[in-house]
Amino acid sequence: MRDVAIVSFAQAPNVRRELDRNEVEMLMPVVTEAIEASGVGRKEIGFTVSGSCDYIAGQPFAFVSAIDAVGPWPPINESHVEMDGAWALYEAWVKIQTGQADSALVYAFGKSSMGDIAEVLTLQLDPYYIVPLWPDAVSVAALQARVLLDRGHITERTMAEIAVRNRRSAISNPRAQVKGDFAVEKLLAEPYLVAPLRKHDCPPVTDGCAAIVLAADDLARKVCKRPAWIRGIDHRIESHSLGARNLARSRSTEIAAEKAGVFTKPVEVAELHAPFTHQELILREALRLGDGVSVNPSGGPLSANAVMVAGLIRLGEAAMRIQSGEASRVLAHATSGPCLQQNLVAVMEA
Amino acid sequence: MTEIVKSITTPIRLEYVYRPGRATARFLRGLAQGRILGQRCPATGKVYVPPRGASPTHGVPTEEEVEVSDKGTVTTFCIVRIPSENLSVKPPYAAAHILLDGADIPFFALIQECPLEEIRMGMRVQAVWVPKEELAPTFESIRYFRPIDEPDAKFESYQEHL
Repeated sequence: MRDVAIVSFAQAPNVRRELDRNEVEMLMPVVTEAIEASGVGRKEIGFTVSGSCDYIAGQPFAFVSAIDAVGPWPPINESHVEMDGAWALYEAWVKIQTGQADSALVYAFGKSSMGDIAEVLTLQLDPYYIVPLWPDAVSVAALQARVLLDRGHITERTMAEIAVRNRRSAISNPRAQVKGDFAVEKLLAEPYLVAPLRKHDCPPVTDGCAAIVLAADDLARKVCKRPAWIRGIDHRIESHSLGARNLARSRSTEIAAEKAGVFTKPVEVAELHAPFTHQELILREALRLGDGVSVNPSGGPLSANAVMVAGLIRLGEAAMRIQSGEASRVLAHATSGPCLQQNLVAVMEA
Repeated sequence: MTEIVKSITTPIRLEYVYRPGRATARFLRGLAQGRILGQRCPATGKVYVPPRGASPTHGVPTEEEVEVSDKGTVTTFCIVRIPSENLSVKPPYAAAHILLDGADIPFFALIQECPLEEIRMGMRVQAVWVPKEELAPTFESIRYFRPIDEPDAKFESYQEHL
C-alpha cells in the first residue's frame, strides 16, 4: 500500500442561502485556496474528482459545468461521484493506490437552498414502496430516533445536550453556520418539528463547498510539514429497505471501522457526519468512542450541513487537527442515504 | 366484488428557485437593456458568452466584462423535426450555434425568416429582439436570429468553434 495523506483543506463559509454566487463562483476560490495551500502545482495534480448531486440544484449535468472551477485545460484526468465528496476522496485514494497518480484534487459542492432539501432526499429512498408515501428526510430520521427512544437508548434531553455541545463547539469555527450557547431547557421547551425531533435535532439547510488535496509518499513529505496520513479507509452499505435494518445500530459503520483499523489504538478526535442528534449516539457506539475523545470540535453537521459536502468536510476538519499538531491520531466519518445507510470511516495519523 | 390493483400512479414534483450567480445575472440584466454581455478570460483573452464567472480552461474568475455584437456567424446547425413542449416554434425549424462577433464561444439560438434549405455554415445572421418595452432579463428577449446581407464568413474564421 502507498502512503497517502491529506495535505490541504479549504471550505467556503457555510451559509443558509448563497444568493449571489453560483456553484462555480463559490468553488473557484476554495479550489484555488486548497491547491495553493497544498504546495502541489495546479498542473502537477494527477487526478481530479468531485462529489455532488444534480438533484440539489435541480439541473441535469450540474457536475459537468462545475469543472469550470478547476481549469481543466490541457485536458485532465477527471472523475465524479454522484455522492458526498467523501466518496470522491475514496476514489482518489484508490486511484493513487493503483499508481496512476501521485496527487489528487477532491472537491464537493451543494446549494441545498435551491430546492426543498428534505423532499429532494426523498428521491433516494426505495422507489417502489417508500417514495410513493413521500416521507421527507426529517420524517425518516424521526422514525430512527423513535426506535432509540422506545428502546431506552436515548432521551430527548440527551439529544438536546448533543445539539448544545455541537453548537457550542462551532463558536470557534469561523466557517460554521449555527453556533452559540444554548440552554438545554430552552431547547426542550420548543415544539416538535417532526416528533420526536425538534429543530435542534436536525441539521441546518446549508449552501457550501469544500476541497481537499491528497498526495502520496515523498511528494506529501516534500510539500507538507505534518501530513495527515490515511492509515485506513473503508466504506460499507446496508439494505435499501428501512424495515430490513436495525435502525438503532449501525452495522455498516462497525464493519468499516474494523476494516479501517479504528480499534487498534485510541483516537483523540473524531469528526462524525451525524446530521441528526440521535445519530451521533449511534455512531459513538459503533465506533466505540469513549468520553475522552473530542467529537466534532468543528461543530459537525448540526452546525453546517451542505448536502454532498459535509462528509468531505469531516475528513478535512479531522486532517487539520493533525496538521495543526493538536492531535496525532484522528477519525473521520461520512454518511450517505437515509438513517445512516452507508458509512465511510477513515483513520489518519501524524 | 374486490377490484385487483395492478398499478398505481404516484406523481413526483420538486420545485427549485434558480439563482444564476453573479456573472450570468449581469448577462441577463444586459439582455433587459438589449445588450449581450460576455466576460474575458484573463489568461487566454477569450470572451465567453453567456458568462458563468469562470474561465472554463483556467479556473480563474473572468472579471472583465465585454459587450459583444448581436451579429454573428452560423458555425453549425440542425433542422429540428420533432416537437418540443417548451418551444413556441413549430417544427420544422432551425437550431444553430452562432459565434457572435467579439465572442469566442458559440451561442445557441433559433434561425428564422429564412428558408430552411438556405441555412448553411458560415452564414451571417443578426439577433431579432422583442420590442423595447418587452425587453426583460431573459433569453427570450432575443426572439431569434435572421440572415443579413453580408458575404459568408470564411471557414477558417470559425473552424476552432465547431
